[in-house]
Amino acid sequence: MAEATVTPVAAPTARRLRDYGVYAALGILVAYNLLFTGNFATLANLNTQLVQVTPILIAALGMALVIGTEGVDLSVGSVMALSAALLPLYLGYGLMPALLVALLGGALCGVFSGTLVAVVGIQPIVATLALLVGGRGLALVIADGRLKDIRNPMLLELGSGSVAGIPIVVLIAAVLTLIVGFVVRYTTFGRQLVAVGGNRSASVLAGLPVRRILIVTYVISGVLAAIAGIVATARLTASDPSAIGQLAELSAITAVVVGGTPLNGGRVRILGTVAGALLMQLISATLIKHNLPTSAGLVVQAVIIVVAVLLQRPRLAGAK
Amino acid sequence: MTGDVVLDARAVGKRFPGVVALSDVDLTLAAGEVHALVGENGAGKSTLIKVLTGVHPPDSGELVFQGGPVRFSRPLDAQAAGISTVYQEINLVPLMSVASNLFLGREPRTRWGLMDFRAMNTAASTLLRSYGVEVDVTRPLRTLGAGVRQMVAVARAAATDARVVILDEPTSSLEPREVDTLFAIIDRVRAGGAAVLYVSHRLDELYRICDTVTVLRDGRKVHSGPMAELPRLRLVALMLGRDLEQIRKEGTTKFDSAQPEARQTPVLAAKGLTSPHLLHGVDVTVRPGEIVGLGGLLGAGRSETVRAIAGSLPVDSGTVTVAGKSVRSGSVAAAMRAGVVMLPEDRKSDGILPDLSVRENIVLAALPRLSAAGLVSRKRQDTIVDTFIRRLRIKASSPDQKVGELSGGNQQKVLLARLLCREPKVLLLDEPTRGIDVGAKAEVQALVAELAAEGLGVVLISSEFEEVVEGSDSIVVLREGHVVAQLRGGDVTEQKLIAALAEGGDG
Repeated sequence: MAEATVTPVAAPTARRLRDYGVYAALGILVAYNLLFTGNFATLANLNTQLVQVTPILIAALGMALVIGTEGVDLSVGSVMALSAALLPLYLGYGLMPALLVALLGGALCGVFSGTLVAVVGIQPIVATLALLVGGRGLALVIADGRLKDIRNPMLLELGSGSVAGIPIVVLIAAVLTLIVGFVVRYTTFGRQLVAVGGNRSASVLAGLPVRRILIVTYVISGVLAAIAGIVATARLTASDPSAIGQLAELSAITAVVVGGTPLNGGRVRILGTVAGALLMQLISATLIKHNLPTSAGLVVQAVIIVVAVLLQRPRLAGAK
Repeated sequence: MTGDVVLDARAVGKRFPGVVALSDVDLTLAAGEVHALVGENGAGKSTLIKVLTGVHPPDSGELVFQGGPVRFSRPLDAQAAGISTVYQEINLVPLMSVASNLFLGREPRTRWGLMDFRAMNTAASTLLRSYGVEVDVTRPLRTLGAGVRQMVAVARAAATDARVVILDEPTSSLEPREVDTLFAIIDRVRAGGAAVLYVSHRLDELYRICDTVTVLRDGRKVHSGPMAELPRLRLVALMLGRDLEQIRKEGTTKFDSAQPEARQTPVLAAKGLTSPHLLHGVDVTVRPGEIVGLGGLLGAGRSETVRAIAGSLPVDSGTVTVAGKSVRSGSVAAAMRAGVVMLPEDRKSDGILPDLSVRENIVLAALPRLSAAGLVSRKRQDTIVDTFIRRLRIKASSPDQKVGELSGGNQQKVLLARLLCREPKVLLLDEPTRGIDVGAKAEVQALVAELAAEGLGVVLISSEFEEVVEGSDSIVVLREGHVVAQLRGGDVTEQKLIAALAEGGDG
């Protein structure tokens, strides 16, 4: 019924731009490359682009959930490094125990920041900043500050092998995207997460287990960051805690924001996050292919971030 | 003892888009008087203060300050002229020392242009001591109690050689002893020849400290005169816009203690709810099918009472029993499990999730019971959502429409549906019809009556007295966090309610 709609709604163009702009930008960039960049439309190049983006994409999935609760997880890069440092420790017992230990490390990091945020009541940016600093330090201590070569054949296969022409790491990222997307959309937890981010006091009054939801969200982010660290290690064929995950938190936040997830919570866009990560990857790839300096790429990325944030403004995004 | 007119607001008008906030309001403040400004919510008190202090320029009328017309275009102008305000939320810097706060913006300097801390601290402690406040002025303000902070704010206002000091609800966070100290300070300010504009809902305080009073209602001045000549009952009648003669006719209320329904077990029994500054031993009993209204003026503790029952306001003492079982206090989840649900007063900030759909807003609190193994069952959701949309006649284009796009009345119905999904035993309604249109209001009221008829216990708060009186089977009257009267049966009338507000208890 039309009369029920009284609150002014966002200018439709602005809202559509916010919701679908990232896909349009990605489409335009792909079209441009197909036309003007040599060797772009090859399977090899496609795989290269996808493989390069996987660690950031996986970390960004967790970031999207945290941002959906009106938080932010600055620790993902350090958790990646920590998981990379933990991985070789137990490789002697086989791949499975090593992976489990690395994932457990990520989960514990999530418990740590989640508890600080949900129980102690520290602001997410500060709570995860502690782990951003401490996590990498711990990783370097564990690894004794050294790079360790990976010789486990299964782990190397995971990093460079492919199934039916698709790199395994890309398959992993795809499966994780589907799982996280499903969790957000169809599970009780996912819906409650969005509610907590949208209106925390309403969620408390509605009797939602707000603390538990927040902690679990940070744990998921920690585990996904650990997976990202494992993938990065497998691709690098070495555990390098000083390099792995450097500034990954910022790239992940960029992917999430460019993908249309508002920083003030209450909305999680998983597919948008994937598109955001791909867009950022493709921008730097395009500029490199055209022999422009990487610094130019940073400027372009900055412009895109500003545009994305502008589109999120409440005035454009509809009445609050 | 009152002297020359310091500040004279003449026929001040102010409109905001869609509302007339002030219309032809006169206010005259004389030197050496404490002037009470009273009125219910929305009467225009805050707007008037904002006009006087330069936050909003008036649309019509003029301000005459110390004999000459003035026009303040920003708060700083009013401050510089000598109008000092202590807002409800204290405008001080918690991390800075007491002395720095007192001298914020007019710090004593050494001849090198640096801050002269020694002079500042000495002056600060002399000043506070002269008001009878003994504190270490070098301590950060936040380490002191709310009372001292309030004193510092008032002392700061008084020490700036202000001609007019405006105090907005200065005692809302003070202990009785601190109120005495505050009043001593106000006395000194008055003796110094400044005019004090005192805004408060606490009638006892008004009669204790104020010389004159101005009553606002719906943006108009309805009375102005000496405080002592205005009887309490008439003051309340003026604030609420009720006919005094009619109240007189009903006579003073006798509160009968007969309990006709006493045999039935109460579905809700709250006893001795106590929370510092807010509630002092409040009892509320609701039987199945009964609607109990909470009566009281603004700040009487009505919302606090329901929030304490719902577990969202921590209490120092007191018990809540639902259908014979006691409920752990201070936990919303425990209260909900026991069957107590609350419709919060502020629909926007505590209720709706504007970006989520009608469906998601309705099932929010019931998600776990609509899910299997953590997966939300769309089918069960749709059944329940459809039922409530039909039953509450929620007007939405579809269950997928965002709640932020609905009208206020429909948003409120969505929230009610959210509560009813939980199949509650007790429904706490805080201003269920505020800000919704007449049609929707009648629908909500009818629905509440219907729910009670089905056996729910209902606690109802409304700032509209007709609504409380018409809707309730009995009324618990609160004043300053105390239960002052209980109206039952034939005593549930507006007149008795107003009389109880003015005189209930020992007054």
